[in-house]
Amino acid sequence: MCTVCGCAEGETKIESGHAHGHHHHHHGHHDHDHHHDHAHDHHHDHGHEHVGPDGKVYRHTHGHHHHDHGHDHGHDHGHDHDHGHDHGTIDLSRGPAGTEVPGLSQARLVTIEQDILAKNDGFAAVNRQLFAAKGVFVLNLMSSPGSGKTTLLTRTLTDLKGRFPMAVIEGDQQTSFDADRIRATGTPAIQVNTGKGCHLDAQMVTQAVGRLGVADDSVLFIENVGNLVCPAGFDLGEAHKVVVLSVTEGEDKPLKYPAMFAAADLLLVNKVDLLPHLTFDVARMIDYARRLKPGLRVIEVSATGGQGLEDWYAWIADGLAKAGAKR
Amino acid sequence: MHELALSQGIIDVIRDQSAAQGFTRVKTVRLVIGALSHVEPEAIAFGFDAVSRGTVAEGAALEIERPPGEAFCLGCEKPVPLAERSDPCPHCGGHQLVVTGGEELRVKELEVE
Repeated sequence: MCTVCGCAEGETKIESGHAHGHHHHHHGHHDHDHHHDHAHDHHHDHGHEHVGPDGKVYRHTHGHHHHDHGHDHGHDHGHDHDHGHDHGTIDLSRGPAGTEVPGLSQARLVTIEQDILAKNDGFAAVNRQLFAAKGVFVLNLMSSPGSGKTTLLTRTLTDLKGRFPMAVIEGDQQTSFDADRIRATGTPAIQVNTGKGCHLDAQMVTQAVGRLGVADDSVLFIENVGNLVCPAGFDLGEAHKVVVLSVTEGEDKPLKYPAMFAAADLLLVNKVDLLPHLTFDVARMIDYARRLKPGLRVIEVSATGGQGLEDWYAWIADGLAKAGAKR
Repeated sequence: MHELALSQGIIDVIRDQSAAQGFTRVKTVRLVIGALSHVEPEAIAFGFDAVSRGTVAEGAALEIERPPGEAFCLGCEKPVPLAERSDPCPHCGGHQLVVTGGEELRVKELEVE
């Protein structure tokens, strides 16, 4: 459906292993298993523990037939919508269209007023409750691909090792490269491959946490799919959304991707060690970001040079202490 | 471009309502998608058509209401209209704006039989 990023549901794959992968599992979940088998096994094994009975079955309801038909409908709807606007919104709040021909239709109106993201938000609430009960401080890390998010994370895990327990959920469309990098630091990590999906959703996190396990009073980093658009709309149950923007990107990115920066609680400006070689105007970029989120907290860091990392670590430790105090 | 996932969310809401309220066909789905929400209505319409196949909502018309963006200006201390998230306050030109409306993403009602 999405020709830009290939977003679609139905191919999500969550690693079956814990920190060390598939050998812990006797029921044959090798990384090379047939894709569909894997997904189905997973649903059956874990649905009852972490997921409501409706589970992910709904993800598969859409078919792949009649594409021509689909296009026709799409355009028709678009026109309907435009016409609605041309004539104002009165028609939309009035009774059913059927009232124009009373007696011919048994149509009735069902008032719903339910958020489209209700299902996601339900799982997010479950996650948040679980995290609160265990005093887990959860950060949802988001950025473009190539911002240095994984490098920043591996450096963070290495530097903070021993101070408090940590774990990582890695989201990517394909491969477990990033989770492998994280596990190399000795931190438990689980990879969620979203397949064609362009973002993590709360249910994926519920399932990943069920497999990974999280320690009491720990920090859980969720590294979202590299994408400044889609992840902004999905609450995962995190304490904070952290956006990473590197100075090798455009300083106008906050204005280009406003929803992401409006949702952020912390902005990490990465690769600041490269600033002498660039024309990137940090102050201007921060001004843009604060137009979208007044008072947005910003920390300038370099994952390779080490600048600013102590501020970042202090921010994490402070958040963890607050999460523990609420328990 | 997460509209397919959101379309699936709409179908989930309809499915639950269908079971609870006992209707078997949806003629019209009315959505509220705020002007500042992270959603393209055209993409929702396209995704909805794909995911509604074989459900009670197959073939249903989609009507989308688009409430405008609104914000509260901390400088002027009053509510102001906001066409785009990055726009300044129309009165003072500042950016100390807190979005108060236009982020809706809701299934409002269904016309069913």
